Amino acid sequence: MSQDTQWPLWEVFIQPNAGIPHKHAGSVHAADAESALMNARDVYTRRSEGINIWVVPSNAITASSPEDSASFFEPSNDKPYRHPTFYKIPDGVKYL
Amino acid sequence: MNTMEEQKNLDSFQKKIDEGLKIEPKDWMPEAYRKQLIRMMSQHAHSEIVGMLPEGNWITRAPSLRRKAVLLSKVQDEAGHGLYLYSAAETLGVDRTELLQQLHTGKAKYSSIFNYPTLTWADVGAIGWLVDGAAIMNQTMLARGSYGPYSRAMVRICKEESFHNRQGFEIMTVLANGTAEQKQMAQDALNRWWWPAIMMLGPSDDQSPNSEQLMRWKVKLESNDEIRQRFIDRTVPQGLFIGLTFPDKDLKFNESTGHYEHGPINWDEFFNVVKGNGPCNRERIKARVNADKEGFWVREAARAYAEKKKAMVAA
Repeated sequence: MSQDTQWPLWEVFIQPNAGIPHKHAGSVHAADAESALMNARDVYTRRSEGINIWVVPSNAITASSPEDSASFFEPSNDKPYRHPTFYKIPDGVKYL
Repeated sequence: MNTMEEQKNLDSFQKKIDEGLKIEPKDWMPEAYRKQLIRMMSQHAHSEIVGMLPEGNWITRAPSLRRKAVLLSKVQDEAGHGLYLYSAAETLGVDRTELLQQLHTGKAKYSSIFNYPTLTWADVGAIGWLVDGAAIMNQTMLARGSYGPYSRAMVRICKEESFHNRQGFEIMTVLANGTAEQKQMAQDALNRWWWPAIMMLGPSDDQSPNSEQLMRWKVKLESNDEIRQRFIDRTVPQGLFIGLTFPDKDLKFNESTGHYEHGPINWDEFFNVVKGNGPCNRERIKARVNADKEGFWVREAARAYAEKKKAMVAA
């Protein structure tokens, strides 16, 4: 068999219903975007799992690195004043 | 001997596992973990694809349009399951072409059960009932496993496997309640598929060299024997309910343990089939190699068309 390399890889995101964000479902191989969409539909939505699909070339995704996640997300860890629970409201005051 | 860095990584990896956290594709992992998972996931994927063949054999001869539509959907699902699993395996940095080559050259294994022939329509029922039944129990366990993509693929598969199991048992029920000939056909299929289905869950863990490590890393969470016992305990009453008997004179419910006792399993047959000497091993691989060869022009055409469109846009 001659040069039989794989079609490029695409990540698949499915929107379950209107108003809900797309969720990552897995990946498919396809030669182009249109086929990627059809392959994603055939592989990941045989039971009406979604109303909309995004396919993204896997190499278009930039991801943060797990091994650096501690330092990457560190700035948020010492700012409790971003949370409503940080603030003391007198008892009996409504709608706050 | 591990370096200090490696040991530190190993310790935090094991801590994550022990805390029930998932390992994701770009996380640090021991090379052995990565290799074991690639092997397990790719062989699982191969099993799904090869598993399309014994039942695909009956699509053109299903007894009614309803049964044909159902069987088509089941076989289509198996293709989908294979694809979920190949995709999950690829997250560990392995190439699909390499995995397929391993299957086609006999370097990779697939589930031994698919090396048996489907001789009658009742075999389609027996497979859905017994083989998918055993697979569900195994996969429900694997869904709690430590590697994120594998665990998520298992959850997806378990949802779909349920209909497979039920359609198989429905076929058996209809046959068992049909004419004497139909009941005999169902009984015959059960007689031929029972022991292979039990063996499908794998040898005792003292025969499985990888088991201890896989359990420590929560890739497997229960032993083959535990799952096998659960399969027998749940399945035997189903068969008895529709008036079938099991081809095991030692099969007996033990009131004190609450489990079924069974006769000795012929592990020689299992290892012989795994080695390549089952009834259909060569036929199965030949079918896959041919499918790959005959599909080449489709892959080429898709690629050529994509390049052409790109060139037109660039021009």
